[in-house]
Amino acid sequence: MTTLTLSRRRSAVPRRRSADARRKHIAAYSFLTPFLIVFVAMLVVPLFYAGYLSLFRAQIVGGTTFVGLDNYVRALADPRFLEGVGRMSLFLVVQVPIMLGLALFFALALDSGRVRGGKYARLAIFVPYAVPGVVTTLMWGYLYGRNFGPIAQFFEALGLHAPDLLAPGTILGSIMNIVTWQYIGYNMVIMYSALRAIPQELYEAARIDGAGQFRIAWSIKIPSIRSAIMLTIIFSVIGSFQLFSEPKLLYEIAPNAIGTSFSPNLYAYNLAFTNQDVNYAAAIAFLLGFVIMIVSYVVQLSGNRREKGGAR
Amino acid sequence: MTTAVGRRALARRRTPGMPPGEGRSTVLTVLLWLCSAYFLLPLVWLLIASTKDNTGLFTSFGLWFADRFRLVDNLVALFTQHDGDFGRWGLNTILYSVVSGAGAAILATAAGYAFAKYEFPGKRFWFAVVLGAIMIPTTALAIPTYLLFAGAGLTNTVWAIILPSLVSPFGVYLMRVFAEEAIPDSLLEAARIDGASEFRIFAQIAVRLLSPGIVTVLLFALVATWNNYFLPLIMLTDPSLFPLTVGLAQLQAASEAGGGATAQFSTVITGSLVSVVPLIVAFLYLQRYWQSGLATGSVKS
Repeated sequence: MTTLTLSRRRSAVPRRRSADARRKHIAAYSFLTPFLIVFVAMLVVPLFYAGYLSLFRAQIVGGTTFVGLDNYVRALADPRFLEGVGRMSLFLVVQVPIMLGLALFFALALDSGRVRGGKYARLAIFVPYAVPGVVTTLMWGYLYGRNFGPIAQFFEALGLHAPDLLAPGTILGSIMNIVTWQYIGYNMVIMYSALRAIPQELYEAARIDGAGQFRIAWSIKIPSIRSAIMLTIIFSVIGSFQLFSEPKLLYEIAPNAIGTSFSPNLYAYNLAFTNQDVNYAAAIAFLLGFVIMIVSYVVQLSGNRREKGGAR
Repeated sequence: MTTAVGRRALARRRTPGMPPGEGRSTVLTVLLWLCSAYFLLPLVWLLIASTKDNTGLFTSFGLWFADRFRLVDNLVALFTQHDGDFGRWGLNTILYSVVSGAGAAILATAAGYAFAKYEFPGKRFWFAVVLGAIMIPTTALAIPTYLLFAGAGLTNTVWAIILPSLVSPFGVYLMRVFAEEAIPDSLLEAARIDGASEFRIFAQIAVRLLSPGIVTVLLFALVATWNNYFLPLIMLTDPSLFPLTVGLAQLQAASEAGGGATAQFSTVITGSLVSVVPLIVAFLYLQRYWQSGLATGSVKS
């Protein structure tokens, strides 16, 4: 049977091959098309529509007019947008290194096998990821709060003045803590999984050379999982700039500390749904996407350069 | 069933990186478990707080029980207020996340399989576009999507939540990596020589080999929809369509505005607990899958 098929195939190679290739192209596209249809409709079209909207301005008198890049010029001079981007940059520079540094430390500690009950510690650290962001924020809002928050209760029990964790000066730090609590475990699991995939032989050679645990972690483990670390950095960059649920929900309990333009996303939301200025909101959303693209690109570029430099 | 990925995972299952003669470290153990307390204590607080009534919340220490145990009363209050809105929100959340998760997993599996196992014109272009889309902030798309849906009369329907949640570019990427590892080309060729159609090969051979990856994508798409707040917040104004996230946020706003009078703090807290439990159980139960899935994605990126 097999030989028969093979010999028949060989006899008609050129025609067969092109017919075969066409058949496979059709198959490939029939597997791909359902996804592509939804992808184009739900992602590409809204993206271009946002770009289109951002070039117009709606006025009470005169209707909607084409204004070119005016909305972008306005955004780049809008202190509320710029402050939001600055706040998110500060968030990025402070929170992401703390979160990923701790995640890496936990992943290395658990991978070293020197922690008793490591399997359970790993789950305990991961569990917050399974909690919906809304619940996380509500919960921490109560924990921070003065009504019945245990943090305030603790300070009062010691006869001390409880710090206001929902004040304008402290709220950014409080949000950083919420995000860190939620996402350390997710990042830790990505790094841990990558660590588990490192071939054992690499360690054995190092051990024969007398390298200790820290040396192995620094010179073998961390370089080996560089791509996984890169992935967590990129995801964190994207996530930080998109901050929305946390400030939106904390606004209810700390309106003065949050305001309406705490993060660019919150600003765009308020512009579109409170001010009814969808054109300007679209420009803000587009610009934010642009900032995210540039920052992720720079991060990737510097990561690649370091990789080249590191491969001495 | 042994996939290539599964086999690799088995081979990796060693005594974790510990050479003979080196024991467990007490310092590291204590340090790590102290850190674990940071992750667990807020949830412990939530659990304890949901056993208190409003007065109990204000008069007892947060991390210990009040005199009266009110969990059952809180649950009854939660599920009976406003004609059982909370139960409806829970069912909505299940509907949205199961349909979106399953749909996203099916679309991503077929697309990832096509990218991994076929050569076709436009392959490089489309894959680059899909990869680029991972970078697009989803919330930046929400406002134009809302306007398009409003124009089509789709806001305030279940489709407003399900349709945008069907797209998972990262799922496609993950399934491509997974399919490249888990499905040997020789197996596909053998099936073709036996005369199986491309669709039958996919449905009867590929899907079976890809099942751990499919569960991973399903789980993550499900969680993403379960946790989504921004999209339902702007798409829905009809409370009977709300998912848990939007419903809870509205309850909280009402309780803050009324100082606990219109909606009780204890109701919001108990509602939070109830909406957390199913996902934690699902994650603990399915940990084998998401861990192997994350491993595949991170090692190959």
